[in-house]
Amino acid sequence: MRIFGFNIYRYAAPQEFHPLAGRIARWCAVAAAALLMAGLYLAFFVAPTDFQQGEAYRIIFVHVPAAWMSMLIYLVMAGWAAVGLALNARLSFMMARALAPTGAMFTFLALVTGAFWGKPMWGAWWVWDARLTSELILLFLYIGFIALHAAIEDARRADRAAAVFALVGAVNVPVIYFSVKWWNTLHQGASISLTKAPAMAAVMLWGMLLMVLAFWAYSIAVALWRLRCLITEREREMDWMNVAKEEA
Amino acid sequence: MMHWESLSQFLSMGGYAFYVWSSFGLTAACMAVEIFLLRRRHRALASEEGV
Repeated sequence: MRIFGFNIYRYAAPQEFHPLAGRIARWCAVAAAALLMAGLYLAFFVAPTDFQQGEAYRIIFVHVPAAWMSMLIYLVMAGWAAVGLALNARLSFMMARALAPTGAMFTFLALVTGAFWGKPMWGAWWVWDARLTSELILLFLYIGFIALHAAIEDARRADRAAAVFALVGAVNVPVIYFSVKWWNTLHQGASISLTKAPAMAAVMLWGMLLMVLAFWAYSIAVALWRLRCLITEREREMDWMNVAKEEA
Repeated sequence: MMHWESLSQFLSMGGYAFYVWSSFGLTAACMAVEIFLLRRRHRALASEEGV
């Protein structure tokens, strides 16, 4: 298949994708830095004080992007796992693995920044509310994915087992997203929805969108960088195996 | 400075300094650690390859 004159199947081979991943990662890193500066400027110097929550609401500028990324990265990871299982493509499994630590990090950040917001607003660091509990389960799913892959020695079996695990766990993502609707939660409802006008001032919204884009660019850069490491490590393993076979 | 009258007012975040700066600080720290670990992993691989 050719897209814009490029043979995209060429890039399905890890060795071919390695340099391209490096180039994309570099551009995304630059974009992340620029977006982060702009987003932080709006978040701290332009966005007004919230009339209900005072300055504490500014936590929204890291909390919401981190929470969104935690769910989105899981869906993308599960998507690559599905592609890997369907096409038996090595690079797809590697892509899923490259995303897991970053997704786990954002899940952890969503939980902790949420606690830093919950303490002054609700008076509690943690409550066993549907939104918080399902997000905690997401963290365990990421850790489970990473641990399962690490526990199986044969790389191909590890890829497949972890991919199945990621796919099964994907049912948790809609549960997190809709938890504030399905259950009576302490957690506030969505600040932004596709069907209603956003329940926040335009400048706050812009600040948050810039932060979301910055986190996107950061995630792509970091995941592709990790992918490059994974490709090199896997290829080295195969070289060793070939050398061992020749010697035997 | 748009609506901050002084640096100390900015830093105090209307009394929520601990919560606001902890959230932003922890996020920055996590990203810095992730980048550091990746750079170390990348360097280790590159040096083993003899590049």
